[in-house]
Amino acid sequence: MSGLILTALVILVFIIIYQIAKASEYANIIRGEEVVAKSTNKLMAVLLVVVFILGLYGIYKCHQYLAPLGLPESASVQGLEYEKMLHVTLIITGAVFLATQAVLFWFSYKYQARDDKKPYFYSHNNKLEVIWTTIPALTLMVLVAIGLKNWVTITGKAPEGALKVQVMGKQFNWVIRYAGKDGVFGKTNFRLINDANNILGLDWNDPASKDDIIVENGEAHIINNKDVQFIINSRDVIHDVGLPHFRMKMDAVPGITTTMWFTPRKTTAEMKQLTGNKDFVYEITCDQMCGKGHYSMRGTVVVETEKEFNTWLAEQKPYYDLQHPAEAAPATAVKEGTETPAPAAAQDTTKTVASK
Amino acid sequence: MGNDATLAHAHGAHEHHEGHHDHPKQHFLTKYIFSQDHKMIGKQYLVTGIIWAVIGALFSVFFRLQLGFPESSFPIMEQFLGHWAKGGKLTPEFYYALVTMHGTILVFFVLTAGLSGTFSNFLIPLQIGARDMASPFMNMLSYWFFFVSSVIMFVSLFVQTGPAAGGWTTYPPLSALKEASLGSGLGMDLWLISMVLFVVSQLLGGLNYITTILNMRTNGMKMTRMPLTIWSFFFTAILGVLSFPVLVSGVVLLIFDRHMGTSFYLSEIFIGGKALSHIGGSAILYQHLFWFLGHPEVYIVMLPGMGMASEILSTHSRKPIFGYLAMIISLIGITSLALVVWAHHMFVSGMSPFLGSVFVLLTLLIAIPSAIKVFNWLTTIWRGSIRFTVPMMFAIGFVSIFISGGLTGIWLGNSALDIHLHDTYFVIAHFHLVMGVSAFFGMFAGVYHWFPKMFGRFMNNTLGYIHFFITFIGAYLIFWPMHYAGLAGMPRRYYDYSAWVSYKDYQPMNAFITVVVVITFFAQLLFVFNFFVSMFRGRKVTSQNPWKATTLEWTTPVHPEHGNWEGPIPEVHRWPYDYKDDGHGNDFIPQNVPLRPGEEEH
Repeated sequence: MSGLILTALVILVFIIIYQIAKASEYANIIRGEEVVAKSTNKLMAVLLVVVFILGLYGIYKCHQYLAPLGLPESASVQGLEYEKMLHVTLIITGAVFLATQAVLFWFSYKYQARDDKKPYFYSHNNKLEVIWTTIPALTLMVLVAIGLKNWVTITGKAPEGALKVQVMGKQFNWVIRYAGKDGVFGKTNFRLINDANNILGLDWNDPASKDDIIVENGEAHIINNKDVQFIINSRDVIHDVGLPHFRMKMDAVPGITTTMWFTPRKTTAEMKQLTGNKDFVYEITCDQMCGKGHYSMRGTVVVETEKEFNTWLAEQKPYYDLQHPAEAAPATAVKEGTETPAPAAAQDTTKTVASK
Repeated sequence: MGNDATLAHAHGAHEHHEGHHDHPKQHFLTKYIFSQDHKMIGKQYLVTGIIWAVIGALFSVFFRLQLGFPESSFPIMEQFLGHWAKGGKLTPEFYYALVTMHGTILVFFVLTAGLSGTFSNFLIPLQIGARDMASPFMNMLSYWFFFVSSVIMFVSLFVQTGPAAGGWTTYPPLSALKEASLGSGLGMDLWLISMVLFVVSQLLGGLNYITTILNMRTNGMKMTRMPLTIWSFFFTAILGVLSFPVLVSGVVLLIFDRHMGTSFYLSEIFIGGKALSHIGGSAILYQHLFWFLGHPEVYIVMLPGMGMASEILSTHSRKPIFGYLAMIISLIGITSLALVVWAHHMFVSGMSPFLGSVFVLLTLLIAIPSAIKVFNWLTTIWRGSIRFTVPMMFAIGFVSIFISGGLTGIWLGNSALDIHLHDTYFVIAHFHLVMGVSAFFGMFAGVYHWFPKMFGRFMNNTLGYIHFFITFIGAYLIFWPMHYAGLAGMPRRYYDYSAWVSYKDYQPMNAFITVVVVITFFAQLLFVFNFFVSMFRGRKVTSQNPWKATTLEWTTPVHPEHGNWEGPIPEVHRWPYDYKDDGHGNDFIPQNVPLRPGEEEH
């Protein structure tokens, strides 16, 4: 009912506005359309300029309110390059933005119709066209060059000795895996996945899987100033590992393994100090729509010193041990593994990547 | 000229049509419903587009209310959405359905069908001097396929599990598996069927536009004498014909994966508590197929606005468009590049970095023709005699917003920046400005400009100005702040940010944007109201050529019948932008006026 009343009200308001607008148009005809057209024209020219100036003020205000909410300086070495590149791009596009908008509104005002001025018949000028084709082209080439240089670095091979961390997306959380003492990720097979006791589908027949450490709450620990490579995949639909503070992002695609590496340069503790926010935490966002819980798919990253990291790692129990606390556990596991259909056909992409 | 033969043929066909005018009054059904008159079909597209635009915009109001005021409840939403908004609180499932439908409706049904469907149909025959399209029947079919596709999409809003909810890009596996999301049930099937029919409609329309432009120009209407509107419709149609079929292939494979057990897009998936048997497919394949249309699609949306803005800026500045040839060449540049930049939507999908580099280069190249167009528009109004009519206001607004949205494309097209900005609010701000709002501004400019030709009446000016200022200011207030959120990495398509340490502080910004959205939405309703009331009550057009324009549509009677011209079709003697003294005190010379003795052509 209230919806109906509201709709009726809106229509009523529109009718009133329309009637007023129409009456004003009739009044114009009485006053003489020519005269009105002239005064309207002047008014619109002025209003456009007013809007432009208000717009500039608005940009300033917006910056004042929102800039402080922005991210702190990049927490990764690679992100610093991103920031430099962003500044160059901002300066170039910002200058073009201001210049072209200013010219647009200035021309609009200056060349409003006047009785004493005739428009100038000016149909083309090849020299001008060449100028404003070449200059943008050259500028863009500079931006492309900077961009590709960074792109090649970021997407290049991860340095030797980088800490390898697997991040697997599932609806709607992140699961983190470390290779454990042997430094090798155990084989996985999606057919072995069991939410109760084998969340990643580890193949217990592979000895390398027995010491793998799995963090189910989506908290990834990494070492400050040490390269880290994320080995990313997904169990169900496409997700995306977003690390805004490190200026990094990579899709998690089921059936395909993707990677991303970077070098953290600020520990979580340092960042807390830097931002003056004691609740500061590096967050992992999901940046690819993955279903109804997409917005809640939150993970975290803890950057710490090598010592802190080692202490933390030593406290973690291998996933196998957690799932098989009893002594007889290994035997059961083997049995489980053989019962699962067609493990032979399974692919072990994770292992291939991890051992590269 | 090689044109002569086809022209002669075309004229033969015209003679055949001449008899039309003697017929008694047409039946309501053939005149208004199953019409084969390109003008009526154009209006049908426009009205359908407007209805869809209202629905699509209303959806955005609903999800903006959720984003702006996640703690509050809005009983009015329950009235509209029923159990999806119990107690006035939107469910996450339906939030994603609304986001998906908003995108689908606006990109395809409004800014493709409603925009190029309307103006290509309405203007191509009128501006090139033809009595109708090459195939009026196919043209009618094109509308009705669109209509059926619309009905199916509309029906999908009411199915039990809700409409498609995987985003307008509907990436599998999310869209392929009903276990993955409620919206991937029946709603998704209807979405896919609707899209296939939509593409049929676009192909029927597009082939018709191309054929008509190539073959049915009147005597003297060389390609280089066509108004830029026609050039832009021409390239829009070419892009559509080349890329829409690829979308169909992607969609059909998706249907196979959903119902026939194939694994084109699926591999190694564990969902709903069990492992699926699919092995060996690639989810990325779909993205390639989708964006092979998806990217040209944004130019399908953009080009008509560019063409119309060019025409309107020139007419209302009383000055020829600057660099007519450069404008055509840049259109060609945009069209060809549009087909080879699709993978810039996939920089973070794990694609080959080398391939990524190629797409960076090609993507940034597309900024060059766009820049040329902007400079030419600016020079067009330079030293003009500008009449700030409502269409002119929207054309100026178009240029302003195109610049603002276009420049951020240089950021996103550069993959090293895109890594951070991908799928954040920055992207929302970028594409809403450049292909959403600015395409809308081109469309509004076109509607206000050609309304007198469509209905023989003017739209109300005062309301038009109010509409312009609210929309123009509103668009900037809505999308400008989003750039900041995007730079902070704030992900798009989130139902609620309150659990995020990094983003919960943006709540006041979101609330502000929502308030502006609501106001701007009502301004659009005002436009819709103005449109329909002016159709019947607007100030009547008294002269054949109210804007004193040079193009051929203004040589037809105020209320043209099917066939457009009462007498023979006018011949064309000059280019479309002769805004100069005609020697009789007029500041323009229509295309059908022969060159004066000693006068040189353009």
